[in-house]
Amino acid sequence: MTIEHAQTIPFGDAHAPSESAVAVRGLNAHFGATQVLYDLELTIRPSEIMVIMGGSGSGKSTFLRHLIGLEQPSSGTIELLGKDITQLGPVEMLDQRRRIGVAFQGGALFSSLSVAENIKLPLREHTQLDEKTMDIMARMKLEVVNLAGFGDHMPSELSGGMLKRAAVARAIATDPKLLFFDEPSAGLDPVVSAALDELIVRLRDAMQMTIVVVTHEIHSAFKIADRITILDQGRIVEVGTPEEVRNSPNQRIQGLLNRRPDETPLDPEEYLRRLSGDDQGLDDRTRTRHV
Amino acid sequence: MLAFLEQTGRRGVRAFDELGYATVLLGESLFWTLFGRRWRQPVRFASVVAQMMHVGIEALPIATLLAAAIGFMLAVQSLYSLGLFGAESFAHVGIALALIREFSPLIIGILMAGRSGSALAARISTMTINQEVDALHTIGINPVRFLVAPALLAMVIMLPALAMWANLIGLGAAGLLVSSSLDITMAAFVTNTIEVLSPGDILHGLGKSVLFAVLIAIIASVNGSRVRGGSDGVGRVTTRSVVHAISAIIVADMIFGFLATT
Ligand SMILES: Nc1ncnc2c1ncn2[C@@H]1O[C@H](COP(=O)(O)OP(=O)(O)OP(=O)(O)O)[C@@H](O)[C@H]1O
Ligand SMILES: [Mg+2]
Repeated sequence: MTIEHAQTIPFGDAHAPSESAVAVRGLNAHFGATQVLYDLELTIRPSEIMVIMGGSGSGKSTFLRHLIGLEQPSSGTIELLGKDITQLGPVEMLDQRRRIGVAFQGGALFSSLSVAENIKLPLREHTQLDEKTMDIMARMKLEVVNLAGFGDHMPSELSGGMLKRAAVARAIATDPKLLFFDEPSAGLDPVVSAALDELIVRLRDAMQMTIVVVTHEIHSAFKIADRITILDQGRIVEVGTPEEVRNSPNQRIQGLLNRRPDETPLDPEEYLRRLSGDDQGLDDRTRTRHV
Repeated sequence: MLAFLEQTGRRGVRAFDELGYATVLLGESLFWTLFGRRWRQPVRFASVVAQMMHVGIEALPIATLLAAAIGFMLAVQSLYSLGLFGAESFAHVGIALALIREFSPLIIGILMAGRSGSALAARISTMTINQEVDALHTIGINPVRFLVAPALLAMVIMLPALAMWANLIGLGAAGLLVSSSLDITMAAFVTNTIEVLSPGDILHGLGKSVLFAVLIAIIASVNGSRVRGGSDGVGRVTTRSVVHAISAIIVADMIFGFLATT
């Protein structure tokens, strides 16, 4: 497979490391007493599409939640567009959020608002634009994601793929320079998923956005990525171009790419216990987010 | 035995945890209501009004029906029990005081816990599961000021208002029965009733209503945001929030009544 858009990548390896859209330094994260991310170091360059991959439980979602400021790390810094978000006050963080877009796995559109109102919500919060201008902006964003004319629909009236595209439209409402995607292909059929991949590449090409994608879809990862980061058991084990990752000698990476099951064997007793519903331990692991 | 102790301990810790979180939620809601504008987190008037429609105006028919039934029931019981001593002519005293100080806030509180508390818990829990709450965060909208504060304000305004309405309807219904069975005019019943009521009684009822509203909104929000699992989790926290809210209302009613009359 060739990387079709390789010539459009607007950076070279000679770039200074300070020129980064995302810079993660020494990031450690815990849930209670258990550590889930270990000393992560990652630099993402401007206008780069970085795909974060890893097996189930490797820490992708947790890493993403830290990157978008939903979780505070136990140590380390996370610089987005030159600002360390772990140090920002609430009002500075608001300004920062305006420069960052997030498209969640299931879309996470507000079900009580129409698609257009969903897109206008960030504008309403962050700008003083009048209603007419916001309507125009919403229509423009919907056109970008090929959903022109769907503004008056309610989210419940959209298909899975349309929901995700609407979520992208909302994520780019404030013209962010940095866009995060959580599992864009999850739950989509291959054709719809390919269309979404195309959209991601197009956003980068047209708007020079830096895009960070978390996925376990190997095929789409290799198609869109400029570089790939591989997470394994909470550690970054590889950062490189798709070619470098494909040729990595690391056994676990090859296992992941070839969909070989994890070598840690399944404890049958533990499995049965979980099946029988005696899941006390699970309680503390399940996510309980405060509003 | 050990398992039991552990279970109890776990529950205790959780209850304590939730109480702390409830306090934080209440404080935060008040903070955003008062100072939200300065922190670019305004509690929008429009969403408070929308919530007021849901929790108040849309509840008017059922609140009216319940209030009439309670007023009528109080009249029946008062006429009967006072009749045992031949003191039926004092029926309006018990009816008015019981209704205004006790039953209107209680019935409207329970109604609101069942109608609006459950709706709020379901809304917040569904939004949490669908990552809409996360999305609010990433857009830069504080979920407490966006979801909790408007509902809390709406309930704090509408529960006392509905309780006042229930007073009128309940007294009206009671008056119909009392005046016809004692052979006095409705006007006489009204004058008698106004005579025994003091502003303190009204305030007592209104104070309770405000307290109940706070309990309902905060309990619904705490439960809603603690959802785990999928759609069955939503059902669970919704039920839990109604049971907790009604229990809290009744216990708070007792404590409030005791403290306010001694
Ligand atoms: N809220 C939480 N509390 C405690 N532990 C958690 C929590 N969320 C995740 N974990 C743990 O952190 C580790 C990483 O989880 P994470 O969800 O980030 O993995 P993932 O790479 O996204 O996996 P998947 O591909 O299955 O989504 C796992 O061991 C998981 O059990
Ligand atoms: Mg995940």
